[in-house]
Amino acid sequence: MTPFSFARAGDVGDAVRLAATQGARYLGGGTNLVDLMRETIERPATLVDVTGLSQTIEERADGSLLIGAAARNTAVAEHTSVRARYPVLARAILSGASGQIRNMATVGGNILQRTRCAYFYDTDGARCNKRSPGDGCDAVGGLNRAHAILGASPFCVATHPSDMCVALAALDAVVCLEGADGSRRLPLVDLYRMPEERPDIETALAPDELIIALEIPASPPSTRSTYRKVRDRASYAFALVSVGASLLLEGDRIADVRIALGGVAHKPWRARSAEKLLRGARADDEMFRHAARAELAAATPLAHNAFKVELAERTMTAVLRDLAEDVA
Amino acid sequence: MSIINDAAEAAKSLAFKVMKKAVENAPDRWMPGGTPDPLIRRQHGQIGRPISRIDGPLKVEGSARFAAEVALDNMTYAAIAFSTIARGRIASLDVGDAEAAPGVVLVMSYRNAPRMKPMQALGSSEMALSGDDLPVMQDDVIHWNGQPVAVVLAETQEQADYARSLIRIGYEIWPSTTAFEVAKAAGTETGFFLGQPLHVKVGDAESALAAAPFRVDGLYRTPRHSHAAIEPHATTVAWNEDALVVHDATQGVTHTAWQLSRVFGIPQEKVHVTSPYVGGGFGSKGLWQHQVLGAAAAKLARRPVRITLSREGVFRIVGVRSPTEQRVAIGADERGCFTAIVHTGTALMTPHNFMPEPFIAGTGNSYAAETFKLDVQIARINSVASTFMRGPGEAVGTFALECAVDELAELIGLDPIELRIRNEPERNPTDGRPFSSRNIVEAYRAGAERFGWSTRQAPGTRREGEWLVGLGCATGTYPYYRMPGGVARLTIDRDGCVRASVAAHEMGMGTATAHTQVVADRMGLPLDKITVEYGDSILPGVFLAGGSQQTAAIGAAIIAAHRTLVAKLIRLAGNDSPIAGLRPDEVTGLDGGLAKLDDAERRESYASILARAKLPELTVEAKAPLPLEMLHWSMHSQAAMFCEARVNAVTGETRIARFLGSFDCGRIVNPKTAASQFRGGIIMGLGLALMEETAFDERTGRVMSPSLAEYHVPAHLDVPPIDVMWTDIPDPHTPMGARGIGEIGITGTGAAVANAIYNATGKRIRDLPITLDKLL
Repeated sequence: MTPFSFARAGDVGDAVRLAATQGARYLGGGTNLVDLMRETIERPATLVDVTGLSQTIEERADGSLLIGAAARNTAVAEHTSVRARYPVLARAILSGASGQIRNMATVGGNILQRTRCAYFYDTDGARCNKRSPGDGCDAVGGLNRAHAILGASPFCVATHPSDMCVALAALDAVVCLEGADGSRRLPLVDLYRMPEERPDIETALAPDELIIALEIPASPPSTRSTYRKVRDRASYAFALVSVGASLLLEGDRIADVRIALGGVAHKPWRARSAEKLLRGARADDEMFRHAARAELAAATPLAHNAFKVELAERTMTAVLRDLAEDVA
Repeated sequence: MSIINDAAEAAKSLAFKVMKKAVENAPDRWMPGGTPDPLIRRQHGQIGRPISRIDGPLKVEGSARFAAEVALDNMTYAAIAFSTIARGRIASLDVGDAEAAPGVVLVMSYRNAPRMKPMQALGSSEMALSGDDLPVMQDDVIHWNGQPVAVVLAETQEQADYARSLIRIGYEIWPSTTAFEVAKAAGTETGFFLGQPLHVKVGDAESALAAAPFRVDGLYRTPRHSHAAIEPHATTVAWNEDALVVHDATQGVTHTAWQLSRVFGIPQEKVHVTSPYVGGGFGSKGLWQHQVLGAAAAKLARRPVRITLSREGVFRIVGVRSPTEQRVAIGADERGCFTAIVHTGTALMTPHNFMPEPFIAGTGNSYAAETFKLDVQIARINSVASTFMRGPGEAVGTFALECAVDELAELIGLDPIELRIRNEPERNPTDGRPFSSRNIVEAYRAGAERFGWSTRQAPGTRREGEWLVGLGCATGTYPYYRMPGGVARLTIDRDGCVRASVAAHEMGMGTATAHTQVVADRMGLPLDKITVEYGDSILPGVFLAGGSQQTAAIGAAIIAAHRTLVAKLIRLAGNDSPIAGLRPDEVTGLDGGLAKLDDAERRESYASILARAKLPELTVEAKAPLPLEMLHWSMHSQAAMFCEARVNAVTGETRIARFLGSFDCGRIVNPKTAASQFRGGIIMGLGLALMEETAFDERTGRVMSPSLAEYHVPAHLDVPPIDVMWTDIPDPHTPMGARGIGEIGITGTGAAVANAIYNATGKRIRDLPITLDKLL
């Protein structure tokens, strides 16, 4: 770990001011950032601890939910309204990491955790465009079983590891930001950048911009949602593929559907093509499979991860079927 | 191998063969264990009791002090920099920034390291315990990707770690072999294990196979496995003038003292190694470069050093279980009797180590086949060394063999247990030696009953929702070993307290607890009168906590010391004692004294004997006999493993629903610690079956999974209820009637899982680990 200075923010203004110095980073639960600092991948000059900021989970009059960025993952997963109205979110959080890590991890920190790739983590022994732009990517031609099948570039094939963010992507969550230049709101899926030629730049955030809260829009009460994670062991493993989805039926027709995939791309992957095909269509297996296939038509698998295409298709189909049959 | 080496091997091999023949043909009673240990017949109820581990409370309280927790005055902390190329030399080394970093005491590299002799590789001599025989930081040559190239010493661990990140190294890259197929194509040689070639030929197996009415012939692959014990390797080391004190986490305290004395050119008695607690060994806690580097850096700095391998460090410098490619073919006649077993294949070694994964080791005593062809070929690769890992040979060898048996049962249309029983051998089928004790059929019958084997359905026919459900079984096997060198000291005082002292090890398996029970029973004393002293190189004997042999090795040494003690006590007791005139064989320990075997009235207490002799205490030391019983009998433990696997029809995910191990391991000394050993082995076997695989980049020879986030071992949710049972039939030819139990749990487990998955899905996966992508 590289030496750094440490400051604790009392409020949002305080945090943004403290982060104005060169090389400052916001610190949430530290479950990802501190790991990366230990590996010397992250070398912030200053850490601004923002865990003292809002942890409130507020139900608003319009039916939406406002979650303070410092709320712990466990608190969100345990919240009655989250469990009742957004099972996809509660289940996604509980399928990630371990109890201890979820107790530490904050919502803001979870959103900003970095993509995972063994070559990214190997500071001494591997080339990585994310660590050193322009160096090359050892994963493209290397061990890439866990890597992206959608939206990757020759510069980076890493995947975003968050479970929670897959649910948030499916829920059309919006992040509330505060920075030296004022505040703004951004749909979560637009917060992330695709790797393209600059995989080192992962988000649309300005250096001093801070996630202060998260908004989850209201959804009709009869909406069903769930999260399914497929992985190499029963717990404490990143998703090979995960699916977060919500479904609203009118009779046997699909009134609304939202689907996001995890483990397949540089960011939580909103399955817009599938959704488009499904809206207004009959809720049956054949349709679900057809839509899943259409979403994955753009997949470009690597040497070791071709199975993810089939796996994502199967899992999407099964999740939609379970939602339609109300057994999820 | 050179001609001289070949000749030396041949001569050794010839001498061994002559000796072996003589031992095989000698009468039983000349052998150690020829007369059964009296403890098999007569006990006082301590053996077989489920006593909780003596070290348990200490570990729960945190008062058990491990090697990385020993604090010494003025101590420095070490961080190691590892090479990033597989072969070549260091072309440039810039340690300036590191040396200038806060708190740094020194940076050691090949330029300033003390001159040291290389270690001796395990397998090259009786005392050798090192993974390889490469020079340790003596020159600029790189032999594997991950080799230590520099050590930073600093006032704190954090300062050392940071300074390490400032070291800049440039390499000159030489051609290397880092891919299995390339290594194999470059040529192979027959592996040698424990001095013997891994090659067995009985009859003409290929012809018998070709002529067999039923035959299976498959290629099985197992990946590289990295060691991942809960306690990473650690050593705290200090020089005291010219003497070396080493607090280590090791499976061989005496071996370590011997080796370090040779590396540093000092007498062995100048090296004192302690290792009271070890957080898991599994074959990995031998000598790797860190002990030598720690001692060298301490010498250079003239200060004590704590050198703790990071988890990454363990993956980079501690050896691995070699990947294997195995062919297993079995031929059977119309009745299902085996006419041929072929088990051949390839494993990897580096140019500097001697551990050829002996995957055929369990095959030669498994089934009554008419012909055998067993062979391990070794290909050479430039990587971290191949080494011992729990059930070396058998863990991966039984995967291939026992899957093949399952495939054959399917082909013939016989129940797989019935097929195994039909081929149960009466004697060792490859060399004709009698078994010392073998009750696998009983273990199978009892296990099948308890597990509900009769509910097994045809492959792919049982489905519960999305889950395909299947049952599978397989045989586990591990030999009885007892290595030479066992010496024990017994001290008895006037309070009737006994201290047993052996240079043995406690790695969490319950060594001290089990031997407290054994000594108590032998002496006729309660448990609270017994202390077992261990984990220190100044104690007597050479005991390796490996090969599941420590219990037998300690047991045999204690038997020898006890006989000496009894003889001395009878002599001291003199003519006025009730036991006067009795021979050692005619007395037994009873109620805190010695009594005539068939007449408890003739008894005198230990306290009384010592008091009359005016002795405060009496100490004896004796050496165990050479382990000739291993040559005379064919000695093996066995297990019938049963697994219920559930495979998700949508995702291919496998979850193990329940598991049963039914063991035949001789007498069980402590059912509680034994059950933990069995379960632990099975859990590791579930990992081997479903998830363990070192991510090894064959382009660079680099381990890409140097953390427990990437290198998967079973997490709690992956571990189902595991039931264990045992025959408890004593082996008449071993100390206490017991055979080692540390490794057998991992054997057979991989195949039981694979066979259950086949029964669930109808898919035969011959390539470990069985990850979901293989089942889609």
